[in-house]
This record gives sequence, C-alpha cells and structure tokens, in this order.
Amino acid sequence: MLQRTVLYDSHLAAGARMVEFGGWEMPVQYSGLIEEHQAVRGGAGLFDISHMGRVMVRGPQATAFLQYVTTCDVTAIPLGHSSYGLLCQPDGGVVDDIFIYHVPDEYLVVVNAANRARDWAWLEQHARNFDVELEDRSERWAMVALQGPAAEALIAGAEDSEAVEIGYLPFHGVALTRLFGHTVLIARTGYTGEDGFELFFDTEHAPALWQRLLALGGPGSVKPCGLGARDSLRFEACLALYGHELSEAINPYEARLGWVVKLDKGDFVGREALAAIKAHGPARRLAGFELLGKGVARSDYPVHTVDGTPVGHVTSGMPSPTLGKPLGMALVPTALSAEGSEFDVIIRDRPVRARVVKMPFYKPRYKK
Amino acid sequence: MAPNIPADLKYSKSDEWVRAEGDEVVIGITDYAQDQLGDIVYLELPQVGASFAPGQSFGAIESVKASSELYAPVGGEVVAVNSALEANQEPINRDPYGAGWLVRLRPSGEQEELLDAAAYARYCEERAH
Repeated sequence: MLQRTVLYDSHLAAGARMVEFGGWEMPVQYSGLIEEHQAVRGGAGLFDISHMGRVMVRGPQATAFLQYVTTCDVTAIPLGHSSYGLLCQPDGGVVDDIFIYHVPDEYLVVVNAANRARDWAWLEQHARNFDVELEDRSERWAMVALQGPAAEALIAGAEDSEAVEIGYLPFHGVALTRLFGHTVLIARTGYTGEDGFELFFDTEHAPALWQRLLALGGPGSVKPCGLGARDSLRFEACLALYGHELSEAINPYEARLGWVVKLDKGDFVGREALAAIKAHGPARRLAGFELLGKGVARSDYPVHTVDGTPVGHVTSGMPSPTLGKPLGMALVPTALSAEGSEFDVIIRDRPVRARVVKMPFYKPRYKK
Repeated sequence: MAPNIPADLKYSKSDEWVRAEGDEVVIGITDYAQDQLGDIVYLELPQVGASFAPGQSFGAIESVKASSELYAPVGGEVVAVNSALEANQEPINRDPYGAGWLVRLRPSGEQEELLDAAAYARYCEERAH
C-alpha cells in the first residue's frame, strides 16, 4: 500500500495525475509538465513535498552529533540558516543527501522520501554515542515549496501574515513566521534553481494553507506543480537526485559534491575514505553532456568511448524544457569528464555521440 | 477521464492504433498513450521505404519525463511518414487519431493480434488500477 500525504485529496481535486515515487503516491503533473516547468522559471509554482522526511535533532550534543554523521560543517550554520549536507558510509558512498536547518534549540533535518526509514535507522544507530534526542516530525508537519521569481512578492502579499518583510530572509535563511493566520516555518531553500521558499506547518492546516497559497496573486499566478516538473527543474540546475547522481556506490567527489565535504572539520563518518579518494582523485566523475546526434539519453543508458568500450552510464537525461534540447548527466572516467570531451550514449542499441558541456545547464537565479 | 477510443479503429497492446485506408494502413499512438506520456517533445520516425515485421520497433516517441518505443502493429513497408511532426509534435497530444498520425504502411499481410475498441478500452481500464 502506497503512502499518501495529507494533501492527497487536494491533488485529486486539482486534477493531478498520481504516480508512485519512493513508496508514495504523488502528483506527477496537474496541467502539464512543461507548463508547470515554465511557471516556475517565469512566475511561481507550488509543490507538495510532504513525502520527504523531517527529523528534529536536539539535546546538548546535537551539533556534535550532526557534525559526526554529516560531511558539512554544522558548527558553521548560524541560527536561522541552513545547509546542504551528505550522510556518508565509512567507505565514502552516500547514504543520503539532506538539508539541515538550524532553528532555536534544535536542528531540522530534511531527508529524501525513499530513504526515510533507512536514514532514521542510520541516525538512530549513531545517536547512541551522543547525548541527543531524535524526533520524527514527518507525520506532524507538512512541507510545501513555493518556487519561482514571483514567490517573494507573492508571500509578502499574503493576508493575515507577518511575512511582509520576507525580502530580508537571505538565501538558505530560515525563520518562524505567520502566514494566513497560521504559524509557519519558512526557509529560502528549494530544488528548482530559482529563488523560492520551503514551508513547514502543522498537517492540520495543510489543505487550507495549500489552497490559500494557490490563490496568492489571483487565479493562475501560482501553478500547482508535480514531481515531473520538480525533476526537470532540478535536472537543468544539475542538482543531484538520490538514486541517480548519488547512491551508496557513488561518492561525493564522483558526484562533484566535494564542496560539501569538509575534511578539516574533525572526525566524521567516512572521513578517512573520503580523504583518500580526494588525495588520489576520483576515477570517475559526473559529466553534463549534450547529444550531437539524434535521440534522448535516459537514466541507466550505457556510455561507451567513441571506439566502443563500455565506460559508464547516464544518471539522468531528458529534453530540457528551458534549453530546448536533450541533455544529460553521466558518470564517466575522469579523463572523459572535461568540457569538450566526447563519448557515445547507447540509445536503443545505437551509439549517439555526446559532448561534455558545462554544468549547470541552467544557471540558478538564487537571491543572494 | 476515460481516454478517447474510436470504435472504427484496431489497437495494439503497445498502444498504437491502426486504420485501414484502401490497401494501406495508417498508424498512430492512442489517446491513452499520449496522455500517459505527457507533452511530446521528440519523435523518431522511419524512412519511407523501410520495412517492418509485426511487433518490430519502427521509432521512438519522447516526452520530458519518459521514452516510449513505437512498435509496428502491422508488418509492411513505409509509404509515408507524418513529416509535419518533425518540427512540432504537439498534434500527437492534441489530435492523436487525426493530425497526430505517425506512419502509413503498405501491409505485408502479417500482423500482431489486434484489439477492437471495446477490448482496448478494457485493457486501458485494467492498467488504471
């Protein structure tokens, strides 16, 4: 039986097409993927992301604990800010990619939907050696994302709210506010390559808040968006999707996420292996590519050298709605990952030439 | 919403439709298939003169989120392709049984087991659950 978020009925009422994702029954699209994608690039779109996991970490050693289980420097996240981070295995493979929000007296850790149970077990296991308390807030809080260049003005104009000065919330900032009369935790974070916000609030108010957010700015200003657009938006910005660009068998340096690994912060899970990988340089690396021949590269398609030797695979690929051409990301030998390198993607048993291009494909427009 | 399934066409289990026109057949994808794929943005069609056995792949159709191979429900030689779709695939979504047709074949006489409209409607219904 698939799990459903508190907004399931709202999605059906809005005409969403529902699909399975990571054990959840989620909207993949409402009006159409491309329309939703363009709404976020040019205006505003609203996503239900309540399927993601929300874990509170508190106690005297909360910072020390997170410092030990993640790769980022948690001591460098001031109160009211947040940071991207990775949970790594001792061998450097990635357990999950997460977001850590520093709120008063505790941290809120947001994890991927498909990894909720595994992450919880992973965190709990390591928490035994620390004076910390973990609390799963996933059921009690809903989570939505309002993304796009119009998001700030729309939130600032919300009725019965204290968010009029939302413009002062910096990139990756997080604050408690009031929206439509309800208490909401608001963060300037997202997964689309646009400015925007992620909102956390009591599930009890979720259907009402969802409707109020959709009505912001008058009819059509905010489009409900599904996982289809969420994927195409994150893909263009080259934001990793766990299970594609990241996995237990892929380390952060391979995924070009070395900037998330702070080797000099002290001991943490995976540090020794990651230091060795960094010292030698990863044998393979993520490369963004465009196809020179016809076709669309998709996840798991094989990558061959131009003389036919299998050397890697595509992690994600699709026709980019914004750039208007098929693009992809692939894990290939480091020597083939430099801009301008060429390799073949095997599309339906046929090699199609690809050339490595700069990532991200779409330059994010975050508010600095 | 139930997909549009015209009564006068035959259907394959890989979601192509077949319409007999004189001694030729016209092939496209069904309303159910276009709806499942979403906005189609890329299409690969065969060359005129190419021949296909029933069940053989004759091309591919792609939306942003998914790829789908096209399978010949009927064997035969391609006598025409809908080249208007090369620049704009939108008719496949908007009018899959009309302007969104894909290829015209001269049948070889071999074909897959095809479904009539009622059987295909049941087949779509089954997959919705």
